Amino acid sequence: MNKPDSCPISKEYPQILVAHGGGGKLMHELIEKMFIPTFQNPLLESRHDGAILELGNTKLAFTTDSYVVDPLFFPGGNIGTLAINGTVNDLAMCGARPMYLSTGIILEEGLETNKLRSIIKSMGQAAETAGVKLVTGDTKVVDRGKGDGVFINTTGIGIIEHNLQICPASVRPGDAIILSGDIGRHGVAIMAKREGLSFETTIESDCTSLEKVVLEMLEANIQIHCLRDLTRGGLATSLIEIAEAADVSIQIEENAIPVLEEVQGACEILGLDPIYIANEGRFVCFVPPSQIDQTLQIIDSHMLGGQACVIGTVLETGTGVKMKSCLGVNRIVNMLSGEQLPRIC
Amino acid sequence: MKFIDEYRDGEAAQKYAQAIANITDQPWTIMEVCGGQTHAIVKFGIDELLPSEITLVHGPGCPVCVTPIELIDKSLEIASLPDVIFCSFGDMLRVPGTYKDLLSVKAKGADIRMVYSPMDALEMAKKYPQKEVVFFAVGFETTAPANAMTVHQAYKQKIENFSVLVSHVLVPPAMKDVLCSPNNQVQGFLAAGHVCTIMGYREYEPLVEEYKIPIVVTGFEPVDILQGIYMCIKQLQEKRYELENQYTRFVHREGNTLAQNLIKEVFQVVPRKWRGMGEIPQSGLNLQDKYAQFDALKRFDINCNYAQEETKCISGLILKGVQKPDQCPLFKNHCTPEHPLGATMVSSEGACAAYYQYRKTT
Repeated sequence: MNKPDSCPISKEYPQILVAHGGGGKLMHELIEKMFIPTFQNPLLESRHDGAILELGNTKLAFTTDSYVVDPLFFPGGNIGTLAINGTVNDLAMCGARPMYLSTGIILEEGLETNKLRSIIKSMGQAAETAGVKLVTGDTKVVDRGKGDGVFINTTGIGIIEHNLQICPASVRPGDAIILSGDIGRHGVAIMAKREGLSFETTIESDCTSLEKVVLEMLEANIQIHCLRDLTRGGLATSLIEIAEAADVSIQIEENAIPVLEEVQGACEILGLDPIYIANEGRFVCFVPPSQIDQTLQIIDSHMLGGQACVIGTVLETGTGVKMKSCLGVNRIVNMLSGEQLPRIC
Repeated sequence: MKFIDEYRDGEAAQKYAQAIANITDQPWTIMEVCGGQTHAIVKFGIDELLPSEITLVHGPGCPVCVTPIELIDKSLEIASLPDVIFCSFGDMLRVPGTYKDLLSVKAKGADIRMVYSPMDALEMAKKYPQKEVVFFAVGFETTAPANAMTVHQAYKQKIENFSVLVSHVLVPPAMKDVLCSPNNQVQGFLAAGHVCTIMGYREYEPLVEEYKIPIVVTGFEPVDILQGIYMCIKQLQEKRYELENQYTRFVHREGNTLAQNLIKEVFQVVPRKWRGMGEIPQSGLNLQDKYAQFDALKRFDINCNYAQEETKCISGLILKGVQKPDQCPLFKNHCTPEHPLGATMVSSEGACAAYYQYRKTT
């Protein structure tokens, strides 16, 4: 006999909202209250970008992600480049060398074959650049109106060739928090294209793969404590997640966070805060303060623009994330409910 | 970035804070009228730079917050009708009516679109002639000209499948309502710079005279707000009450007369109910009779008389500057941005939402 469903989410939200996928509080509630209790196991409960699997003497990172972006093509990339780089980056954030990917592609009836061709071509190029092989896949077609052109899932396996534990639990008071470059480009590029907003210059997504920079940091013996790419929910949400998982307090400085002038302008017009906007090629890393200079140098040698910087530190006491405003006053940084919505005025 | 960096300069802000401290020798309570100013004050921590004698209270100037629950309920009913495309600015989508909000109605299958301009909604009406396109026309005098222009264009172009659900509100009557409140504590106002960009500030001069209260038209960046506070405190300390303009880079006395004429052409002044504050005479805009054919409430036969509000919520007192968000027993315990129980929590610009998002409370 079926037991009555006691999931608190279904009582509160009889229907799934878009906000349940927005990277904010509602998405975390869904994961915490529905998914984790159902599948509970220590690997899942580590709440990392991927699971770390130990098979005999081999340590593997294993991760999956689905891509549902509208528009399919945007300045700086398309859904195909995202699908490869996103999963490669999740593996890189586990400190792994990305090796193999699988993909599941769901196509909508009526999609122009030429569009699919160029998405697949981009996937091929991105995989080659990242040094991964796409070794298995699946294709399905759904009726017109039941998909958004293309949905792509990619799953990845990477190999971990060091003994560091790169995860929130390794974060220590005193750690320096290094941001790899300016934030907010991807989210603003997508929004501008989707909504037909035009700015004086075209803002390009920062979509790129991060495995090379991470591997070089590891080769240089940087004692990385934690890595996180700043996708949905942006810098703020990533730092809050790490602070919560590591049970530490994080202090950052608003003035230290680089934002491209065009991105800032778009954010001012729309009433958005860049610290919550998605990126696809930016990450934070937590390292001992003695290795700041070396880390910055390695990141800048890989990233266009060379704007890696220290944005804050891990405090001895407290919990959550605090940010010193440009006026020098501290405030808390909270997770949003879902995605940011543009304001009326 | 020009027009941003110089107004967010930490040193300039500290200098103004010091200047304010130097001239303040007794307690004063100032209200910033606009939700955008409240948001900036709490986000940047401007009030924490001020001497303890100065209390900032947060005014009713968030249009999303004060849209009456009855109208939200009606918007939900209209949006749920078949063959309707309901268009709204982003921040209205999350505002709860009595039982649900636009986002959950969308999840049930309603065709709800977020737009960045009312003209986008009009374009949609042209693109889908077999659908009824409704735009939720919310806002203060700032958004009124664009909404008026859209209705005017719909009239000129004879777009018959377009209508607007109007919930426009006006700032001066709400300031008057605050001042008339028996427990009013407000001794000076920072008037809303964007509203005055459109309307100028002539209409605030009678308030200054009648209530002998300083009003400073103020911008939205930290240094703007600190300068506005400085000008207001200076008047109070010198026992003056005048209309002053801090936001001179955008505002002049007459305002934008072209926009004002357009507002007058399309809208008429009517009494309007404010969420949390009740009905305020002559405080809203509705369509002129000439444009009544574009009134969504007339076009659709909507009956929903079930509007209910949480009773312990003190948003009315917060909007009038009598209490602050963290004095509410529901704040953070029962009332959160995910489950807002009153006007000042429903929008990200509401005072309670700003306190929740940025401030650690004890």
